[in-house]
Amino acid sequence: MKTETFSYLPPMTPDQVRKQIHYLLANGWIAGIEFAPPAGISNTYWSWWKLPMFNARTPEEIWAEIEACRAAHPDCYVRLTGYDRSRQAQVMSFVVYRPAA
Amino acid sequence: MVPEAKNFDPVPNSERPEGALFDAGVKEYSAEGRYYYDIGFQPSENHVLAAYRITPQEGVSAAEAAAAVAAESSFATWTTVWSDYMVEAERYCARTYDIKPVPGRDDQFIAYIAYPLDLFEEGSLPNLMSSLVGNVFGFKPLRALRLEDVYFPPALLKTFQGPPHGIQVERDRLNKYGRPLLGGTMKPKLGLSAKNYGRLVYEALRGGLDFTKDDENITSQPFMRWRDRAEFVMEAVHKAEAETGERKGHYLNVTAGDMEEMYRRAELAKELGSRIIMVDFLVVGFTAFASLSKWCRANGILLHAHRAMHSVIDRQPNHGIHWRVLAKWVRIVGADHLHNGTVVGKLEGDRLSTIGINQMLRADYGRTSECPGYHFNQPWLSMPGVFPVASGGIHVWHMPELVSIFGDDSVLQFGGGTVGHPWGSAAGATANRVALEAVIQARNEGRDLLAEGPDILKEAARHSPELRAAMETWKGVSFDYETVDKPVILNP
Repeated sequence: MKTETFSYLPPMTPDQVRKQIHYLLANGWIAGIEFAPPAGISNTYWSWWKLPMFNARTPEEIWAEIEACRAAHPDCYVRLTGYDRSRQAQVMSFVVYRPAA
Repeated sequence: MVPEAKNFDPVPNSERPEGALFDAGVKEYSAEGRYYYDIGFQPSENHVLAAYRITPQEGVSAAEAAAAVAAESSFATWTTVWSDYMVEAERYCARTYDIKPVPGRDDQFIAYIAYPLDLFEEGSLPNLMSSLVGNVFGFKPLRALRLEDVYFPPALLKTFQGPPHGIQVERDRLNKYGRPLLGGTMKPKLGLSAKNYGRLVYEALRGGLDFTKDDENITSQPFMRWRDRAEFVMEAVHKAEAETGERKGHYLNVTAGDMEEMYRRAELAKELGSRIIMVDFLVVGFTAFASLSKWCRANGILLHAHRAMHSVIDRQPNHGIHWRVLAKWVRIVGADHLHNGTVVGKLEGDRLSTIGINQMLRADYGRTSECPGYHFNQPWLSMPGVFPVASGGIHVWHMPELVSIFGDDSVLQFGGGTVGHPWGSAAGATANRVALEAVIQARNEGRDLLAEGPDILKEAARHSPELRAAMETWKGVSFDYETVDKPVILNP
């Protein structure tokens, strides 16, 4: 099964994910983390990990939350989202963790 | 006390030719006392503004030509008529308020004309067109006339619906973020049976495209009737969605010979679960297009607009309507997708103009500084944006440049570049999807797409045999011809 943006590329390394987070923050967007069990990935809504990180300013803060989400839900997919407040629009979303089959 | 007469001509009847009861005859449009040539006039916030490129006949002055365009596209006819005296001309006349030279051309100029809002019906583009691009285009004193831009004041803009859904709603419905959407037109254009056609759709979608598309000249011909195509295609879409877990669509072209049939086709598409339909908006006309756009908003179906016939109207630099104007009208009347050339592909399209139009289709406030070629800033007042669509003769090697020109909020369509893959459409779709995602990843990492494009693709091809084969097939294929229609940039 595919999961939209970047799902046709090899899984990203932590360093590659951090570069994408940097791009998100550099654009002034708000990062969010969502998770869902394999049976639920085609739903529009996944579960939120805490709240979107309105105040996060560094890739490290966001990476730490991704790790925490993954540790708490090892059987779930985890995706990172970017939200642009000025456009009132989601502008980014990609899966950063897939559970082992 | 009788107030002073405010007529065109306060001459007493006793001084006229015998029996004449008013100043009958032909007057210069730019004559003093008429309003058509009024340099320095300040348009109000309620004027519709137009920029025309005017090429007068030899011997016709710029002032007279510009005044004639203002007059013939608004209030006047060729001779004075007694009933002119029954209307307050001042209120209904369009006025040429500025003229500017066209760089490098001493035989033509740009005239800026202001039209009072009272001249136009609310929410009717055809009404506005009948004035601005009506009979005036055949006016003999002009050798050629071209509409270069139109400004819609907020009071008029707000009477139009705009795109049925817009960019953000479409992304939310499709769950696709942070990259252009990927489409492909099914080929050959004509002759496939419905079942074979559905196979093409299925293969391209399962391989990784977000959308497949009917060709503009497929409707309901003997080789493939509408209902058969719709049924097979939607089976293909649903199967590809189930297999990939991604949301997908096929633009079912509902263009038909009459509006009732278009509605019937749209209803069937909806009944079968299609997310999107398509129309050839110019050949059906702006009224039919507007009706379909309203149907789409009411029914939750996205609308893809194909611009078949546009080159007839917009390709000649001296005469007609510039594509940037037609594109603006499409946003106002309402489509979710609009074809806007590719720059790099097989069809005409100047780079700067294309970029300007992409911006104008999407911006919340279209500034001339960011929309090259446009003459007027255009506030859009929360009217949704339109996805520009790049389609026609593009392949994987073009991906870095396409992403650089079109940005994320666009649809990139690879027809031949999908179905022409040596291993078939599914592999072709995968190749395009891998190329697109690799380019987006690289861009986000801060890499220079124009300088490093080929390297980015070659790196991605290491883990994608489909992309490798596509790159081998289309190595060195380009369409480099001089652009026929280059824009006049007066407001850099």
